[in-house]
Amino acid sequence: MANIIVLVKQVPDTNARIAVSGDRVDLSAVKKVMSPYDEFAVETALQHRDSSGGEVTAITVGGAGADKVLKDAKAIGVDHIVRVDCDAELDSNALQSVLASAVSSLGADVVYCGKSAADTGAGSTGPGLAERLGWSSVSNTISVAYGDQLSVVMPASGGNARVNVPLPAVVSCDKGNIKVRKPNVKGIMQAKKAKVDVHNFEIPASTISVVSHSMPPAKPAGKSYQGGAAAAEVAQLLRDEANVI
Amino acid sequence: MSETIVIAEIVKGAVHPTTSELITAANALGSQPTVIVPCADASVADAAAQYAGAGKVIAAKSDVFSNYDAAGWASALDAVAPAGVILTSASPQSKDLAARLAARRGISVVQDVVKIEGGHLTSPIYSGKAMQTVSLSSDAIVTVRPNVFDSSGTGGSGEVSVVDTSGNVATAVQEFMARASSRLDVAEANIIVSGGRGMGTPANFSHLETLADTIGAAVGASRAAVDTWDEIPHSMQVGQTGKTVNPNLYIAVGISGAIQHLAGMRSSKYIVAINKDADAPIFQHADYGIVASWEEALPVLQSSLASMMA
Ligand SMILES: Cc1cc2nc3c(=O)[nH]c(=O)nc-3n(C[C@H](O)[C@H](O)[C@H](O)COP(=O)(O)OP(=O)(O)OC[C@H]3O[C@@H](n4cnc5c(N)ncnc54)[C@H](O)[C@@H]3O)c2cc1C
Repeated sequence: MANIIVLVKQVPDTNARIAVSGDRVDLSAVKKVMSPYDEFAVETALQHRDSSGGEVTAITVGGAGADKVLKDAKAIGVDHIVRVDCDAELDSNALQSVLASAVSSLGADVVYCGKSAADTGAGSTGPGLAERLGWSSVSNTISVAYGDQLSVVMPASGGNARVNVPLPAVVSCDKGNIKVRKPNVKGIMQAKKAKVDVHNFEIPASTISVVSHSMPPAKPAGKSYQGGAAAAEVAQLLRDEANVI
Repeated sequence: MSETIVIAEIVKGAVHPTTSELITAANALGSQPTVIVPCADASVADAAAQYAGAGKVIAAKSDVFSNYDAAGWASALDAVAPAGVILTSASPQSKDLAARLAARRGISVVQDVVKIEGGHLTSPIYSGKAMQTVSLSSDAIVTVRPNVFDSSGTGGSGEVSVVDTSGNVATAVQEFMARASSRLDVAEANIIVSGGRGMGTPANFSHLETLADTIGAAVGASRAAVDTWDEIPHSMQVGQTGKTVNPNLYIAVGISGAIQHLAGMRSSKYIVAINKDADAPIFQHADYGIVASWEEALPVLQSSLASMMA
């Protein structure tokens, strides 16, 4: 029996165009989805439960608008859904502190999360949370085998390594070879009725503040050629102009 | 500005040259950093002491550093590093380390920084579709994207002081599975040749491999290629749900340039695109775009580069 927590985050659809108005991104017209790597984390958590028994709780941090990502997780098959109520933007220290409080109060043997969130791309949450809890952690895993310990496969210089991870642990999941299950009708009905458990924890002040958002600097238009013969000229330019060969 | 500390980037047991870019980044924050080299053998640190722009160089010596373990490395480095703003590379391993070490100190981490100006740090967000600039009001850990800052050059004092340290290792490597080919992984390479669905068959990737071997590159792939062909493993995938890469040169062959693919490679220093469709979005991001089939363009590129390398 394993007590499993999975962290999920709502992010803009990766297909969405991101606009900046004034000096902040404007997400008002953007569709929100579960961050893609979190889908792998949810699937890994469910497979862990299916193989060893136990329960999976999905946690997100956010305002009421973030309930949807929890309902999505419920529709796929998690047992419990918890939102840590917070409407503010948090820096990594504040976010991890709140999550550490939530995980400690709910209790868990293992926490799964995506290797990074599609909005920030940071990948700080898993390892940072583990450190705060005093747990072991592995990041960017591509497969997980369950037992008294976990045995994970993750990239290592020159290939992959199979690594033993004592529990409790935080595991951040890369894509790997698992297929993510889709919600079925029953799951979607259950998710509609499911109640989100809302928790409040003390949130430390953030020490990193956003000064501004901007569009990426425009890249100067490149050189364009017709026909394969031009590849000879491009090769010359890679050496003489770009200095990369 | 408070003190800065650079943690040297270690690849295959040696100091990686991106370490000198971290020194440049620390200089941009206004100070000469203390450079800490995690190592099992202190002589490894000599390479870091050659870089200009650094203050002290410390070899942090411990068996913990023989294999990567986030908890072990964070505790062993925490014992050596003074208080201040710590800089590491934004490689996958060092981002992980940075997050753990920051949490250990109860400070925040700013990942993937590409610009430092007037004490403000800028990183890409939304997979590079926008940029975020932040300010720090206390110590923090900052990870810096490779190939963005200039090298600080050489001319350092060459002096290294050795400090023994230790840490608690939590995980244990059972087995190392080397890649079948000796070719670099996309996450480690300075040049990447990537193929997409436009390659037609997985067997055609052999043309990309030949080119890669000629110029010392890794071979990457789009998700469509990985999903369509079993022979192309996910470890080669570049993009939103694959690897984020930052090479000096990225050659995209038969790749349309979908937003999720761009997410993983748009910050490459130079991009070459070969695609038979002149309207393919990849051309908007290419420094050198060749509108042609790969069957036509690749042999020319191959022979031109081969004669240069000879
Ligand atoms: C949540 C999510 C995550 C995703 N993550 C990723 C990711 O990580 N990485 C990724 O790559 N994609 C990702 N995608 C998929 C992405 O949207 C595209 O579908 C994919 O990148 C397309 O791959 P492609 O360019 O190889 O194929 P296509 O879009 O089919 O393009 C093939 C290209 O080859 C050209 N071509 C055909 N024949 C030739 C020839 N003989 N010579 C030269 N050119 C030729 C065509 O003109 C075309 O431009 C993701 C999508 C989603 C929804």
